[in-house]
Amino acid sequence: MIPGLADIPFFPEEAGNSAPQVDAIYWALVGISTLMTVGLFVVITCFLIRYRHTSEANRTMLRLSPTYLEVTWSTIPMIIFTGLFVWGAVVFVKANRPARNATPIYVVGQQWYWDVRHQNGRHEIGDLHVPVGQPVQLIMTSADVIHDYYIPAFRQKYDVVPGKYTSLSFTATKPGKYRILCSQYCGTDHSLMTGYLFAMRPDAYQRWLQAKDGTGTESMAETGAQLFRTFSCSGCHGENTGVHAPSLAGIYGNSVPLQGGQFVTADDQYLRDSILRASAQVVAGYKPIMPSYQGQISEEQAMQIIAYIKSLSQPPAPAASLPVPNSSTP
Amino acid sequence: MSSASTTIEPSPTGPPPERHPVTPDYLNDGYGLRSWLTTHDHKRIGVLYLLSITVFFFIGGWAATMMRLQLLSPHGDLVTSETYNRLFTLHGVTMVWFFLIPSVPTVLGNFVLPMMIGARDVAFPRLNLLSWYIFVLGGIFTLYATISGGVDTGWTFYTPYSTTYANGHVIAMASGIFITGFSTIFTALNFIVTTHTMRAPGMHWFRLPLFVWSLYATSLIMVLATPVIAITLALIALERFAGVGIFDPRIGGDPLLFQHLFWFYSHPAVYIMILPGMGVVSEMITCFSRKRIFGYKFVAYSSLAIAVLGFIVWGHHMFVASQSIYAGMIFSMLSFLVSIPSAIKVFNWTATLYKGRIHFHTPMLYALGFIGLFTIGGLTGLFLATLAVDMHVHDTYFVIAHFHYIMVGGMVMAYLGGLHFWWPKISGRMYNEKLAQFSAAIIFVGFNLTFFPQFILGYLGMPRRYPYYPPQWQVFHILSTAGASVLAVGYLLPLCYLTWSFFFGRHAPPNPWHASGLEWNETSSPPIRTNFEKLPIVTREAYDYPYPIQKDA
Repeated sequence: MIPGLADIPFFPEEAGNSAPQVDAIYWALVGISTLMTVGLFVVITCFLIRYRHTSEANRTMLRLSPTYLEVTWSTIPMIIFTGLFVWGAVVFVKANRPARNATPIYVVGQQWYWDVRHQNGRHEIGDLHVPVGQPVQLIMTSADVIHDYYIPAFRQKYDVVPGKYTSLSFTATKPGKYRILCSQYCGTDHSLMTGYLFAMRPDAYQRWLQAKDGTGTESMAETGAQLFRTFSCSGCHGENTGVHAPSLAGIYGNSVPLQGGQFVTADDQYLRDSILRASAQVVAGYKPIMPSYQGQISEEQAMQIIAYIKSLSQPPAPAASLPVPNSSTP
Repeated sequence: MSSASTTIEPSPTGPPPERHPVTPDYLNDGYGLRSWLTTHDHKRIGVLYLLSITVFFFIGGWAATMMRLQLLSPHGDLVTSETYNRLFTLHGVTMVWFFLIPSVPTVLGNFVLPMMIGARDVAFPRLNLLSWYIFVLGGIFTLYATISGGVDTGWTFYTPYSTTYANGHVIAMASGIFITGFSTIFTALNFIVTTHTMRAPGMHWFRLPLFVWSLYATSLIMVLATPVIAITLALIALERFAGVGIFDPRIGGDPLLFQHLFWFYSHPAVYIMILPGMGVVSEMITCFSRKRIFGYKFVAYSSLAIAVLGFIVWGHHMFVASQSIYAGMIFSMLSFLVSIPSAIKVFNWTATLYKGRIHFHTPMLYALGFIGLFTIGGLTGLFLATLAVDMHVHDTYFVIAHFHYIMVGGMVMAYLGGLHFWWPKISGRMYNEKLAQFSAAIIFVGFNLTFFPQFILGYLGMPRRYPYYPPQWQVFHILSTAGASVLAVGYLLPLCYLTWSFFFGRHAPPNPWHASGLEWNETSSPPIRTNFEKLPIVTREAYDYPYPIQKDA
């Protein structure tokens, strides 16, 4: 029952592109902190011994203004801290910026499991399969309360917030099985909202992706196209309809003029809001007549409809082969 | 009896006290429950607070004990998840609002602040008593919420969980905190006005003991920040009861708004908790070194700097909460900045030891323990201020360990140190010095054994608020629980020997530590109802100790 010392983990393994960078800063901080703590401890101990009440050490000192000393011991930490701030900020920004060719994977957190959908329709609960060496972007939202997607081996986490999309970007660097944890308290079974991330070699990942295991034979965009009709979106936004509604072809990624003169980029977040809370951002020149689908269209379905709308913006050839994600990098 | 001193002269500002052959001390100035529950005496109100926060400390400590026992096993064999969630909520709420925030200000501050500045009482004695009653009322609400089933939101009450999904008596618990906030505000108002208007003749601002400076800075934060938490809790009630969409996105709210409001209060609240402790440590370090504090003005102004900067770093709780990355950068930079005034204090305390004549009485042991633990707590705060590292350790045991090093390693050490320091004044008795030194050592060892393993756990990735966890991490949890049991012994010992000494201890002389300061040199132990036989006139600088012996360069 009691593990040997060798079995006790003292440091988490590194398996993601950001992990070595975060660990480098961590060790720098450990070094600086240890140096300061030990230094202070030694100085204090020396004073305590030398100037203990029974000692007759010389206690005469020069009458000096403390200002020079105060400025020195404020400035030196300030310089070190500025360096640490910049280093930490650079790594953080880099870690959170998705690569241009990142494979999107869609995650919906709910009490108390992760619902994960790959573009080709492969669906998994709790776990996550990703290819090694290829950048991945998780596009995440919550169906209820705030959760947090945390992969300790990657040194990365990000909150999963209801009402908005957040993202977690990484590249797995080492094949293996790593823990996924929820690290934002979310209720009774918060500590059971865990799973495993399987980092697989790209060919194995492709095989896994295609196997589908009966979890869905259609891609997200295909399911989205069906939902687009089921919820009667096509009645207004489809081609050749009599209703005055903005066309969705080619909208993804473009700038959209809003009533009131603002412009907004039609990204995932904008499309989600427009589906679920249509009246929040009305396109210039249109009447706010679209009903709210909040409570009728689930977060998963919204993601599928968005995948469909995205597919409308892509050139015809790749759109046909959409289910297979880009696997050009080995 | 007050010692004969040349600095005592009839005060021009108040009538001379009525002369009795022997003026009874404040403990004997009226007996019975009624004389205590209707008292306007700042010292008696301090004692009332002492008794009530001790109760809450042990309630919160009991909850922590249950959690540590649960975590002995990765499978959580003791209580269910639901119960565990209620336990950590109870622990957080009672420790933050009913122990840490009131601890030093309402007990030690109430007791010594008027004496330190040479006043007979605080500016508004009735308001002072009212603040205690409000505190008790808030406490009753919280205990009601606990006894009737508890709350499972955590002390942070994050939305939309707390407004929509939480089970239990969220509103009752929130009401308790809401009500107690007024008690905090009243105490703070009292301290601010007292410090401005009731200083003895000659007691100008730079003759004030540093404890008064730190209480003043704390009071500013209390008055400015506490209304924000009151508003926030009221908005939670509004959403939970009336369904007004404020925080829940399904009805048009924004969950991030709650976090901004909550941390806009709760980060300054962290400084409400630690600043008074820093003041206590300044008093003890200089007294037991028999040396004037090094860099008086820097230490005094650093308290104000912390109070101001503490208001603009709240966003460092939200680096991965989906706040803008640019906001994250600004808050990260400011968080590094706020560490500087704290570092200044630590360096000045260290420099104060240089060429002093150092005595190792119990309060000094606590003060030295404070410096060590606060330094570790502060330096690990830098890890969390660093954006990239926070991405990994946010919401893990690393954070738990960090803030317990500040709150327990720092504040509780300072509070216990201060309690031992002023105990001769409070009780008029001396405690058993050897036993007290022994329990200070036990607390130091137990504390480190409890919380140091949690840094390692945190970097391994152990999230907070987990009753179940991966079995590889068990060894660190066992160490932590072992430490907690040592810590529990360390906290129970002072409860026993201080209580014993209150009734049976040796009578204390007016100034057992040979400290400077009006509360030591101008009052008896325990002091009379009006503190001073004659109001003092201050002619000397603060910390007028024999060392250092200075010569001109």
